[in-house]
Amino acid sequence: MTRIMHGSIRLFVGIAVLLSLFPFYWMLVMASKQNSEIYRTPPSLMIGNQLWHNIQAVIAQTSFFHALFNTLFIAITSTVLVLFFDSLAGFAFAKLHFRGQAFLFAFLLGTMMIPGQLNIIPSFYLMDKLGWVGSYKALIIPGMANAFGIFWIKQYCTDTIPDSLLEAAKLDGCSTFRIYWSIALPIMRPALAFLALFSFMGSWNDYMWPLIILNDEAKYTLMLALTQLKGIYSVNYPLVITGTLLATLPLLVLFIFFSKQLISGITDGAVKE
Amino acid sequence: MEVSDHKTDLPTAAPKQRRRARFSLEKATPYLAIAPFYLLFLVFGLFPILFSGYLALSKWDGIGQIQFTGWTNLQRLAQDTDFWLSLKNTVLIWALGTFPMLFLALVLAFMLSLKMFKHKETLKALLFLPNITSVVAITILFGLIFSNLDGLANGLLHLVGLKSINWLTSPNWVRVVIASVNIWQYTGYNMIIYLTGIARISKDYNEAAQMDGANNRQIFWKITVPQLKPIILFTVMMSTIGGLQVFSEAQVLVPSGATPQGGAMTIVYYLYNTAFTNHQFGYGSTIAWGLVALIVLFSALNWYITTKRIQGVK
Repeated sequence: MTRIMHGSIRLFVGIAVLLSLFPFYWMLVMASKQNSEIYRTPPSLMIGNQLWHNIQAVIAQTSFFHALFNTLFIAITSTVLVLFFDSLAGFAFAKLHFRGQAFLFAFLLGTMMIPGQLNIIPSFYLMDKLGWVGSYKALIIPGMANAFGIFWIKQYCTDTIPDSLLEAAKLDGCSTFRIYWSIALPIMRPALAFLALFSFMGSWNDYMWPLIILNDEAKYTLMLALTQLKGIYSVNYPLVITGTLLATLPLLVLFIFFSKQLISGITDGAVKE
Repeated sequence: MEVSDHKTDLPTAAPKQRRRARFSLEKATPYLAIAPFYLLFLVFGLFPILFSGYLALSKWDGIGQIQFTGWTNLQRLAQDTDFWLSLKNTVLIWALGTFPMLFLALVLAFMLSLKMFKHKETLKALLFLPNITSVVAITILFGLIFSNLDGLANGLLHLVGLKSINWLTSPNWVRVVIASVNIWQYTGYNMIIYLTGIARISKDYNEAAQMDGANNRQIFWKITVPQLKPIILFTVMMSTIGGLQVFSEAQVLVPSGATPQGGAMTIVYYLYNTAFTNHQFGYGSTIAWGLVALIVLFSALNWYITTKRIQGVK
């Protein structure tokens, strides 16, 4: 009885793992074939031999590297700014004492409840007035200090940085900023790692706001370039899917190295909620 | 940590005061540290919200003057069949995706929490993997798998002797495709959250149940699900808020010529089209406020139903 039970549980989990991996494999299958091979019935599950050819075609016929560079620029700049401003504010909320602290923090949490959709149209108006339509400023600056990250860092600092350490530094005459920079920041590293991943991936995968803001193809991000590719080469599946594969690859590599931090970050987040 | 706190506070009031006076030079530092968030919120958060309230009651084409028109937009919203059809699409896509996804996530979390698996961390990572991919990339892939003519899905149907399905042009099937994108992407994520909850359920419950001869199915329904109630409620709320805001999946799958009758037009997609394709920014804002009202309503409803349902199971 239990053996049958264990067997079926293994089977169920096994199928779930296969289903979660299959789309990645299928991406590779489609990206490694000629267009004519794809339309075959019954469909072949084998990997073809055209992958390198398709990659070259994507690079030659589309501005893939250009879009990749744009995306990297936006994602890295946003992430660095988010890390700095969020850790500074999170540290202040956790370890400094100032008037209105409780109210300001509650206010910050409250802003997380505001649904983002309300902002799209008026933000576009604002960007238009500021002359930021078409500029990366519109993608980077509004989000460079965000409530979620500040909350995240504050919780981490409260839990891990001993007050005695900060007191000692104070007595040695360190300025508050110096204490943050040289003492608190190194201790926060694990929390910063999760925040960096979270923010980088969010920026990399963002679609709606860049779609609204960017109007010049030369400034397109990878996600915009992909949908454009899909529109132009709607009958050339391998080319479209090779582009998609290339755009997904960096995140897969990131995941291989940092899956532990990411998963434990989500776990910690769930506990705190 | 707490102890050391007390130690530094132990000395008499005099040195403490002296310390405070010394640091008053830096009194402004905390405010400077948190200022960026509040300044950004003021400009890019608060102002847009207030302004969108004004826009929702106005007419604006994005270039010319903004004309205040009062309640006209709200009347239009109430009578706008396209809006209500988009709402229907959104709710159907949400229901088709969320319930199978959360149930599957719960079952998987329960199974992974059993002692029989050796490589638990690897399995967790593999099941979570879909969550890191971009919606755009994965929607393009699913669009090809569920292509009307020659995708993998129809190929498999042919293989077992069934007729092909017009996945992307049939209103019902296109909703299924969008829901399946969501299921694929978020099952592992929710599973991780449930696993956290399961780890916190006292082992005593399960052991007592096993002593009484309860099987896994009974433990799942009688112990795991009732104990996870707050976390299940949390995931239902999060999925609802996310589900009501579905945009990219629908827009990438059906980029042009999408109509509310076609099944893929969600509320946010309709909002996007109204504002950025048809240049009706005022009415677009009215739709946004309608959406927010719905999110609040649904969250309240969810809270009520989920609380009741799970109590029923107990």
